[in-house]
Amino acid sequence: MLDDFLIRAGLAGVGVSLATGPLGSFVLWRRMAYFGDATAHAAILGVALALATDLPVPFGTLAVAVVMAVTVATLAARGWAVDTTLGVLSHGALALGLVAISFVHGVHTSLEAYLFGDILAVSKGDLAYIWGGAVLVLGLLAWRWQALLTSTVNADLAQADGINPDRERLILTLALAVVVAVALKVVGALLIAAMLVIPAAAARALSRGPEQMAALASGIGALACLLGLGLSLWKDTPAGPSIVTAAAGLFAMAALFGRMRRH
Amino acid sequence: MLLSAEGLTVRLGGTEVLKDVSMGIEPGEIVTILGPNGSGKSTLLRALLGMVPADAGRVTRVAGLRIGYVPQKLAIDPSLPLTVRRFLSLPHRVDDAEAEAALHRVGLEGAGLKPVSGLSGGQLQRVMLARAMLGKPGLLVLDEPTQGLDQPGEAAFYRLIADVRKETGAAVLMVSHDLHVVMAASDRVICLNHHICCEGTPRVVSAAPEYRALFGLGTQGALALYQHRHDHSHDDVHGHHHDHDHEGHSHAG
Repeated sequence: MLDDFLIRAGLAGVGVSLATGPLGSFVLWRRMAYFGDATAHAAILGVALALATDLPVPFGTLAVAVVMAVTVATLAARGWAVDTTLGVLSHGALALGLVAISFVHGVHTSLEAYLFGDILAVSKGDLAYIWGGAVLVLGLLAWRWQALLTSTVNADLAQADGINPDRERLILTLALAVVVAVALKVVGALLIAAMLVIPAAAARALSRGPEQMAALASGIGALACLLGLGLSLWKDTPAGPSIVTAAAGLFAMAALFGRMRRH
Repeated sequence: MLLSAEGLTVRLGGTEVLKDVSMGIEPGEIVTILGPNGSGKSTLLRALLGMVPADAGRVTRVAGLRIGYVPQKLAIDPSLPLTVRRFLSLPHRVDDAEAEAALHRVGLEGAGLKPVSGLSGGQLQRVMLARAMLGKPGLLVLDEPTQGLDQPGEAAFYRLIADVRKETGAAVLMVSHDLHVVMAASDRVICLNHHICCEGTPRVVSAAPEYRALFGLGTQGALALYQHRHDHSHDDVHGHHHDHDHEGHSHAG
C-alpha cells in the first residue's frame, strides 16, 4: 500500500495535520504566528547544514529550528523588541540558508522542494520521520495540556497554581521546532506557518471550546492537504501552495458558516 | 502564620519597589494592603506568591498551604474559545456538580455555558473567585478585585468575600487602592508606600497620620466616610435588607 506515491503523500499530509492542529491553536491563542515563521525560515539553513554534512535533512532542520526557536524565545523573554528581532533573525536565516545551499547542493537538489514542499516525492523514510514527529508532538501536548492551557489563559494564574509558565513555553517552542522539521517536506519552509495558523483560524469560527478547536483544526488541516494534493496532481501546481490555497478556501467557508450560525 | 515576609526587599529595573517589608497573615484573617498607585502593592503580592524574586529578606509559607489566586484582570485572546465551565476546570478538572456549586456560591448559577470573553467585569471577578475556591484554598489572594466595578458592585463583592471566609475559614489577602469600602471589609489593613507606613485594624489605620498623609485626606472627610461604611457593614451582619439592594446593582453591572 505504501508503494503508491499518492497514498504516501496523503499519509504525510494527514500526519503533519495531526500535529499542526493543536499546536497551531496555541500559536493563535498566544499570538506566536510570526514566531512560527522565523523558526520555519531557519529550517532552510538546517537543510544546507544537513546537505553539507551528509546528515539526514530532518536532523539538520530540527537542530537549527531548535536553536532558532530557543534563541527567539529567550530574547523575547528578556524583553527585546520582539518584532524587530524576529524580523532580522527570520529573514536573515532564510537568506543565509539559501546562500549556503547554493554552495553545497549538486544539480540534483531542487531548492524549490524545500521552499514550497514536495509532498508527491515523500518516501517511506520521510513518512516515518513525519509520523514519528507528529506522534511525539501530540503526546507532548496531551501530557502538558492542562498546564499549557492554564498558562496561556494567564501566566500569573498558572504560577499561583504551581505551574511554571516558562517551562510550558519552552515545551511549545520545542514542539514547534519538531513540527517545522517534519512539515518541511510537505508544505515547504515558506508556508509552514500558514499550515499552523489557517486551519486553526478556520476551526475557531466553529468551536466552543479549546479541545474542540484543536481537533477541528487537525481535521481541517488534513482535508486541506488532501484537497491541495488533488489540485497539485490535476493541474501540476506546486504542492505546498496548493495545500495552503485549499486551507484558505476552507477558512473562508468556516468563517461564513460561523457567522451565519451566530445570526 | 500562613504566609509571612521578613525584611522583604525587591528591586525592579534598578528601582527599589519594596524596602524592608515585614508582614504576615493568620488563618481566617482578612488583610488588605492599601496604597496609592505605584506604591508596590501588586509587587508585594507577587513576591509573596513567589512570582517575583526577593533581593533581600524572605517569604515563608506554612507547609501544604493551598492558595487560590484571583488576578487583577484576565485578558483572554479572542481566538481562544473558553466557556466559564471549561475555565473552572483549569488547571485541575472538576466535575459538573462541583462547578455548578461554585457558580451558585458566587451568584452565577447556570452561567457555565457562557463564553468567558462575554462576561461583565463584575461577573468575571465572581467567576475567577469561584475558580479559586474550587481548589479549597487555605488562603485567597485577590489583586485589586473590584477594579472597574461601581460602588454597589464593590460592596457586594466584599460581602461575598466575607461570606466565603465565614463558610470556608479561608484567610483572605487583598490589594486595593480604594479606601472606604475595603477598610470596612477587613480585619487588618496594611498601608504600603514602598515600605509599610502603618498597620492595624481599619479604625486605627484610618486615624493614623501616616495614612492621612499617604492619601492626602482632610481629617474629617475620611473618618466620616469610613465610619459610615463601617456602620453599614454592621447592618448587614444583623439583617440583610441592604444586601438585596446591592446584589441587584451588581448583577446589572
